[in-house]
Amino acid sequence: MLEVKNLTKIYPGDVLALDKVSFKVEPGEFLACIGLSGSGKSTLLRCINRLVEPTAGEIVWNGVDITRASQDEMLRIRRKMGMVFQHFNLVSRSKVLTNVLAGRLGYVNPFMSVFNRFPKKDIDLAMQQLERVGITDQAYKRADELSGGQQQRVGIARAMVQEPEMILADEPVASLDPVLAHTIMQYLEQINKEDGVMILCSLHFLDLVHRYADRAIALNEGLLMFDGPPGEIDDEKFKEIYGKEAERIG
Amino acid sequence: MKKERSLLRSIGIAVAIIVVLVVYAFAFSVTDVNFETTRSEERLTQLTRILRALAHPDIIEYDKEEMDVEVPFYMPCPEDGEPEIEVDKSGPYIVVDPPCAGPKEFVTINGFNFIPETRGPLNFIPPSGAKLQIGNFETNSDGEFEIKTELPNRQPVEEAQIIRATARMNVGSPRLSPLAWSTIDKILETVFLALLATTFGTLLAIFISFLAARNLMEEVKSPLTSVALSVLGWTVGIGLGIQVARWIGGFSESLSEDIIVILVGILISSLVIWLIVRWAVPAEEIKQPKLSVRIARLLALAVAAGLVLFVFNFIAYLGFYIGDYLEDNLGPFGFLGNFVFQLSDIFRMITPALAAMAVGGVLGSFSGRIGQLVSDSWSPNAVKFINVIVSGIAGATVFALVGAGIDWLYQIGDLTRTFYIPAGVGALLGMALALWVTPKRALPIGSVIYTITRTLLNATRSIEPLIYVIIFVVWVGIGPFAGALALGLHTTAALAKLYSEQVESILPGPLEAVQATGANRIQTIVYAVVPQIVTPYISFTMYRWDINVRMSTIIGFAGGGGIGFLLQQNIRLLDYRAASTQMIAIAIVVATMDYTSSILRKRFV
Repeated sequence: MLEVKNLTKIYPGDVLALDKVSFKVEPGEFLACIGLSGSGKSTLLRCINRLVEPTAGEIVWNGVDITRASQDEMLRIRRKMGMVFQHFNLVSRSKVLTNVLAGRLGYVNPFMSVFNRFPKKDIDLAMQQLERVGITDQAYKRADELSGGQQQRVGIARAMVQEPEMILADEPVASLDPVLAHTIMQYLEQINKEDGVMILCSLHFLDLVHRYADRAIALNEGLLMFDGPPGEIDDEKFKEIYGKEAERIG
Repeated sequence: MKKERSLLRSIGIAVAIIVVLVVYAFAFSVTDVNFETTRSEERLTQLTRILRALAHPDIIEYDKEEMDVEVPFYMPCPEDGEPEIEVDKSGPYIVVDPPCAGPKEFVTINGFNFIPETRGPLNFIPPSGAKLQIGNFETNSDGEFEIKTELPNRQPVEEAQIIRATARMNVGSPRLSPLAWSTIDKILETVFLALLATTFGTLLAIFISFLAARNLMEEVKSPLTSVALSVLGWTVGIGLGIQVARWIGGFSESLSEDIIVILVGILISSLVIWLIVRWAVPAEEIKQPKLSVRIARLLALAVAAGLVLFVFNFIAYLGFYIGDYLEDNLGPFGFLGNFVFQLSDIFRMITPALAAMAVGGVLGSFSGRIGQLVSDSWSPNAVKFINVIVSGIAGATVFALVGAGIDWLYQIGDLTRTFYIPAGVGALLGMALALWVTPKRALPIGSVIYTITRTLLNATRSIEPLIYVIIFVVWVGIGPFAGALALGLHTTAALAKLYSEQVESILPGPLEAVQATGANRIQTIVYAVVPQIVTPYISFTMYRWDINVRMSTIIGFAGGGGIGFLLQQNIRLLDYRAASTQMIAIAIVVATMDYTSSILRKRFV
């Protein structure tokens, strides 16, 4: 279980990105996080694996307060948190397989990994995950030769070889067309349902939220505005989250 | 209001223009700009002479054949009137008009029947037999010439003197002059000098560039406890590493007499190292092992590291044997033997440095971790107390080392001033820092290292290799090796800066993604940074080789070997034809380098 308590993040220059945000996520839950651009969604997700240092508050995961973990402990915690990014964040000059194997870096021996030596078991695992997202034939291509949708599948495979208990997805489909968006969301859904991996996913389109999420939270200027089933987001709630002038699309 | 502002603006512009003019006026006066000198006739003659010499590079030569044609000449005219001079008109002959004249008078000399298009000196030969050159001639397509020249100022004698035209003819086919050959020899030396400097510089610069990259170093933060302890760890580690390397070096030297012992030593040690690494470095670790296991592994790895040093030394000695053997038995390819020998020597030389860095690094990061642990788990007051102690000791150590350095440079030899006072000041400063800093705060130590590295790089880079070479010439003697070291040093600093700027401009996304998987710092660099910087690194390295070839052409001016040495010599000897040959060689090599590197860059990048 993940419990976020009074999480606050103030960036240098007194920019308040998160303002005492608290919520809980049950194991195996698919949580969507909505809100305008700049509302703090990315910061929230990055605070959970401490790519961004929180200013105050607690993040308790499986009984451990992540905000207090030492650097070494943090590396071990991150292994169990996969992350998927809006812009895929693949290393474009590396092979697809290498990109996926990067997900094993927290497990393998640092010394051997520096020389690009991975155990056979890990390579098999990487190929399995590539097969799962249907791009085994691309494994030895350079990552930047792939299309956007394919790149995001590599991103998912990279998160999955971590054998994660949680996946943080930061607007995973915002750079993709609607058809591809559904494909990618279906992979995430499959991972959530079949493997029981907890998913925290920030999204822009409400229809995706309705269709895939068990529960949604909404942020506006760092404040938690909503926490409940996606079905409860009616027009009134919508205006509260997105502002008075906002119009609903999709 | 608006008008006022525009008036102010005009005044501002006017002042700016005046300031600019004054600055340029001052620049003119400081640089002694004087265009009158450029028109002075005397200087123009000299310039013409030099330019003409430069236009006649000494590249090709022929076998020469000389033919002397003489005519008797009276100076002054005999009292019984102008002499009759018989000339044999069957071969080449010269006629002087008038056939007799006083000293410093002008005569016209005509030549006929010479071989067309030949040249040579005209000499006036008094009875003593000395040659006084009075001019040069060049025949036209009919084999004739006409020259008006001034007679030398000689004591008048009664008997006939001689005017001689020496026609020089090229025979046989053209070939490269000895000067051209020596130029080719030196230009090759120059290119290889640049190659070595670039290679050494690149290898060092790659490591340094990561320390000088702001985006990587900014994230490195540690509490004071950790920083102070790792400073101590590094210091002790470096000292220890050098001692261990010396001890192992001495031990392996005593065993190095027998090549069999060396071979067996290398084999056994490598096997043991491999076994230890297999045991102590598991392929994957899901759970953190027990403390006792970790300590045992650390110890085993330390033994392995010692064995690695041992193997390094042995490989060096093996290299000496092989090198010697090759040099004696390969004949013209003996330089391969020297290569193996020198590589082995580099190996042996860097072993203590490697050991110092390795032991320093291990102890430094180990004590840093202990500091982090203490800082994380103890109460703030306890941490502060510890901080005061370790930071005091660390400050004292650093300042004492600086003091020792100063003592070495200035030979003060007074322990109070070079040891006790610096150590005391360092300790006080360290303690003051510990008292001032909030106990558990993470200090931006990465930014400090970044700033120090950058400053050192900028200082190193700002001094031209031409100046470094002076120091290296003292150290390793005049020659290309000194040049290679000087250029290498400058290359390291310049490339490290260029490289680090590349690291700073990488995409942060992949970096973030790799970090998110739980990769440690080195893994992040290898998987997210390196792939992004490989191409710019290659391109910068080629660009630098280009620069180094150009630099190496003048490094010889200061004794650094290569073609500059010859060039400078010839300029000093006023042999502009030779200098011209060397300039042409430089131009060809630089242009070729330019062209090839642009082609290679297109292919790789």
